[in-house]
Amino acid sequence: MTASSLRWAKALPLSAKIGLAFVLFWLTVAVVGPMLAPYPVGAFVAYDVFDGVSAQHWLGSDYLGRDVLSRLLSGARYTVGLAAAAALLASATGTALALTAAVGGPKVDEPLSRFMDTLISIPSKILSLVLVAAFGSSLPLLLLIAAVTYVPGNYRIARALAVNLAQMDYVQVARARGEGRIHLALREILPNMIHPLLADFGLRFVFIVLLLSGLSFLGLGVQPPDADLGSLVRENISGLGEGALAILMPAVAIATLTVGVNLLIDGLKGKRA
Amino acid sequence: MAGASSSSGVKAALSLIAKRFASSLLTLFLVSLVVFTIAQLLPGDAAQEALGQSATAEQVQALRHEMGLDRPAHERYASWLSGMVSGDPGQSLVANLPVSEVISSRLPNSLLLAALSALVAVPVALAIGIGSAMNRGGKLDRALNISTLSMVAVPEFLVATLAVLIFSVKLRWLPSIALVADDMSWGDYLRGAAMPILCLSIVVIAQMARMTRAAVIDQMDRPYVEMAVLKGVAPVRMVLRHIMPNAVAPIVNAMALSLSYLLGGAIIVETIFNYPGLASLMVNAVTSRDMPLLQACAMIFCAAYLILMLIADVTAILANPRLRAQ
Repeated sequence: MTASSLRWAKALPLSAKIGLAFVLFWLTVAVVGPMLAPYPVGAFVAYDVFDGVSAQHWLGSDYLGRDVLSRLLSGARYTVGLAAAAALLASATGTALALTAAVGGPKVDEPLSRFMDTLISIPSKILSLVLVAAFGSSLPLLLLIAAVTYVPGNYRIARALAVNLAQMDYVQVARARGEGRIHLALREILPNMIHPLLADFGLRFVFIVLLLSGLSFLGLGVQPPDADLGSLVRENISGLGEGALAILMPAVAIATLTVGVNLLIDGLKGKRA
Repeated sequence: MAGASSSSGVKAALSLIAKRFASSLLTLFLVSLVVFTIAQLLPGDAAQEALGQSATAEQVQALRHEMGLDRPAHERYASWLSGMVSGDPGQSLVANLPVSEVISSRLPNSLLLAALSALVAVPVALAIGIGSAMNRGGKLDRALNISTLSMVAVPEFLVATLAVLIFSVKLRWLPSIALVADDMSWGDYLRGAAMPILCLSIVVIAQMARMTRAAVIDQMDRPYVEMAVLKGVAPVRMVLRHIMPNAVAPIVNAMALSLSYLLGGAIIVETIFNYPGLASLMVNAVTSRDMPLLQACAMIFCAAYLILMLIADVTAILANPRLRAQ
């Protein structure tokens, strides 16, 4: 298992290797990061605000004198965790609906596709702003809002794949054999669209990281005392004038995470083509 | 290239465009239904929200009646929609002004910002896209590919904060807040709005350059290009005389699609620089839960998005040689 995945990673182009390294790094941080944090997340531990690098505070202190490294480690968990959960929910919902449309015939397909086309015509940031205004922004709601916003995009791709596969001979054979629709969808069609769906999952993850950190940056996303990477940029914006690490590090963290995923997906695509 | 079109081809194209236009209108109608429905799901209602916790039940009831909230949902939807169409989308709850008045003071600013950003972004994106397509597989192409790929994935607020750090804090060239007034001269406006324009263009350029490259490369794989190469046509002449005429439509299509990124980018960029446009107005409407204003802003953004998609599709229809051949 490890040997084969190591070989797989070695065969990737350089840019994808860099991407993979970033992705693995942030996944690890999201899982174990908060345990490694040198200080409690909300504790005021430094005498000076916007301190530079020191032995006690590796990444300096923030606008209230809290430890930037500790806050960054915890913020990464919020950003990665929320986005991964929302991307998973969006992909699962979109794909389930797409499979339903593909095996359900035009009576299911047409209204569903029309509805999704409508949702996709609302730019994602606009849709999420309207949803936040209507429902507020607690953590479960943010997760749902991000998922709802990106279901239509996944549906469109999954439906295109599923409708094509449903025309294939082996699916027609299974249909003629008398297999039920659920068997057709899950056993015949789904296994053959997993690869493109995984790439799409990665893209949705990037979109959702950008959307949620954008919302948090506007003060409409994760609310204090919780903080994701976007909130960290927002709350330390007054340190911009001094070029404080407190604002640069979370911004760089988001960028390395999203750029990493993008490089990895791009590399995988190039490999298969 | 469209000069040889016969009248039946024109007719077919026109009917396709008319169909596409009608479908956009239908989508816009459905979008209005979605936006209205979401806004109605608001826990509590606008009357309670406006009066606060201390209001008596009678006061809330009276305001509900005055705002028309006691009418059934479909009636309210109909009157809201007819109001939107006739240019009167109701009363802003926070500003206590007609929504149309609030919006009309902001919309021109946003349109100007979008137009200027497009003016900067389109030539740069064209140059990058065509340049990397001509150098396909080479070092320049790979470098540009990685950098545009990374730019697409970078959040707008990172671009904006870095721009402030470089141009306002370190170099002190440009103001970090966009001060825009009605009676400003063009020079002052451009100086004030330079940072938002810069940030928005950067966000759009990456996307646009990638799509332009894809459109040009798609043409480069066609047999007629191979023929021209075999004839010994020089690379620059090849791009300008052979590929570009055929790639114009796909490129316009790519431009329209990627300009839609302006809409999302504007929300962050206008807010950061305090630019008095429609997007920052919409963010304020979210914070203050001013639903009538928010609904109107959302509809304007959706309409703008649909118009861009319509332009993209219409150029694709016009470029389809099968229609011209009929």
